[in-house]
Amino acid sequence: MEMKPLTRLVLGLVCLLVAIWLVAPTLVVVPMSFNGNKSLAFPPQGFSWQWYQNFATNPEWSTSFLNSLKVASIVAVLATVLGTLAAFGLDRMKARPASLLRMLMLTPMVVPGVVLAIGIYAVYLDAQLVGTLSGFVLAHTILALPFVLIAVSANLEVFDRRLETAAASLGAGALTTFRTVTLPLILPGILSGLLFAFATSFDEIIVSLFITNPYLKTLPVQIFSSITRDADPTVAAVGTILLCATTILIGAGMLLLGRERKGRL
Amino acid sequence: MSALEPTTQPAAAVRPGRAWRPFALTLPALVLLAAVIGYPLITIVLRSLSEPEWGAQNYVWFFGAPVNLAVLQRTFTISAWVTLVCVVCAYPYAYLMTAVGPRIRLVLVLCVLIPFWVSGVVRTLSWVILLQDSGVINSLLRSAGFTGIRLIRTQTGVVIGMAQVLLPFMILPLYSVMKGIDLKLVQAARSLGARPSRAFFTVYLPLSLPGVYAGAIIVFILALGFYITPALLGGPRSTMLSTLVQTQVLSLLQWGRGGAMGVVLLVTTFLLLALAAPVMRSRHREAGRR
Repeated sequence: MEMKPLTRLVLGLVCLLVAIWLVAPTLVVVPMSFNGNKSLAFPPQGFSWQWYQNFATNPEWSTSFLNSLKVASIVAVLATVLGTLAAFGLDRMKARPASLLRMLMLTPMVVPGVVLAIGIYAVYLDAQLVGTLSGFVLAHTILALPFVLIAVSANLEVFDRRLETAAASLGAGALTTFRTVTLPLILPGILSGLLFAFATSFDEIIVSLFITNPYLKTLPVQIFSSITRDADPTVAAVGTILLCATTILIGAGMLLLGRERKGRL
Repeated sequence: MSALEPTTQPAAAVRPGRAWRPFALTLPALVLLAAVIGYPLITIVLRSLSEPEWGAQNYVWFFGAPVNLAVLQRTFTISAWVTLVCVVCAYPYAYLMTAVGPRIRLVLVLCVLIPFWVSGVVRTLSWVILLQDSGVINSLLRSAGFTGIRLIRTQTGVVIGMAQVLLPFMILPLYSVMKGIDLKLVQAARSLGARPSRAFFTVYLPLSLPGVYAGAIIVFILALGFYITPALLGGPRSTMLSTLVQTQVLSLLQWGRGGAMGVVLLVTTFLLLALAAPVMRSRHREAGRR
């Protein structure tokens, strides 16, 4: 669409502002994490690494971080296996039951977080799952499942099933066909599902706030309670670490994707 | 079973006697879904109807108290504002994503994806740092000679924070629709004498509406159930329904009342989805036909 120079300029400026609004606010945690004072007031005073040290040495922080890593790793594997199986099932089903079941499996994405949280909390109180590893894993797995399903289904949609027929006609058994033909071709979908599942669990807060107890806290719960309790810059240090990790992961993913695409051409 | 098989199915897909296999593959996920989503939701509905005794008392209480209705109304108002802000900001941004070269597009995509991936709690934390009375915005205002303004614990603060968190959910569907719009249609309108603004409003805008609808529905529904951002950025006068549910259950141990509120929130969400689905589907088809 051709535009007048003025329109073009205004459009560019508006988008620049939106981009700044998207990215810049989060960056404010970086200077705050080096604050010399125990305060979140702006501007930070002095310079120190003490909040990073506190994150590494204070058991409240380090334990919750390890808990989150543990839960998210188990959830990533579990949700990926269940989600991939389900995606296959739906792909090979007749259209009508498949779309119905798919809708059902995507409900965790649309149910408001708090409603789900009080429901799960009520059930966990009876089942004595509050503050347990299995409680966290079960709840997070069901929340991560839709993302795996979407990622793998998208890949299966473009997967040419005649390749499986070809492998079978050449004498490969069902399992060999799956391992050598189907799996390598849908692996990108499975891997992105795995990543999404990990991120979903690692970042989940609403349900976690309800099913947590002093014995088992995840990192988001610890961050939340720290923000509401006092102005401890350790949260800013954690935020900075998470920000860097995310940026590196996305950057690496983009580079890998770009290289793969170039390699194919 | 085999009599019901549609004849268009490829022969290899469903061998007789093996039709149950796909269902077996979905079974583990369905069992978990029933246990961790279905059962809890049923529990909440039952509790809202049975505590302290059987009846609709909790719903009568909810719709009878002006305080609750005010919160319900505020939840809708805040969500509507957030959706509006997101549409206004996302539309030009998504359009620019389709109009620029691959290099700038990558930068624009990264600007959307990075906040999308950064922990939601951390993003809300940064809004607390920015908006608080001793925060970035107020200290900048003060050093420029203005008096500070109150942002945290206000409705404006909640809308600003929520809109930023939800913006990617608006930009991505919009971009995917705009990417598919055939710009030759706009050129055709121009060549027939339409001014650029007219070509935009009569050709481009209607074609991009499915993206606007899809994004707006997603943002509005997510905003209705928002909990963390209003809890940290809002104050007593910007309470949303989710916070009220949490207070009833965790602080007052009123499972019946909290459950009733939760059911209202849940039903509203599903009603909106049901209303939106046919609109979005027909729009989609229309766009496809062209």
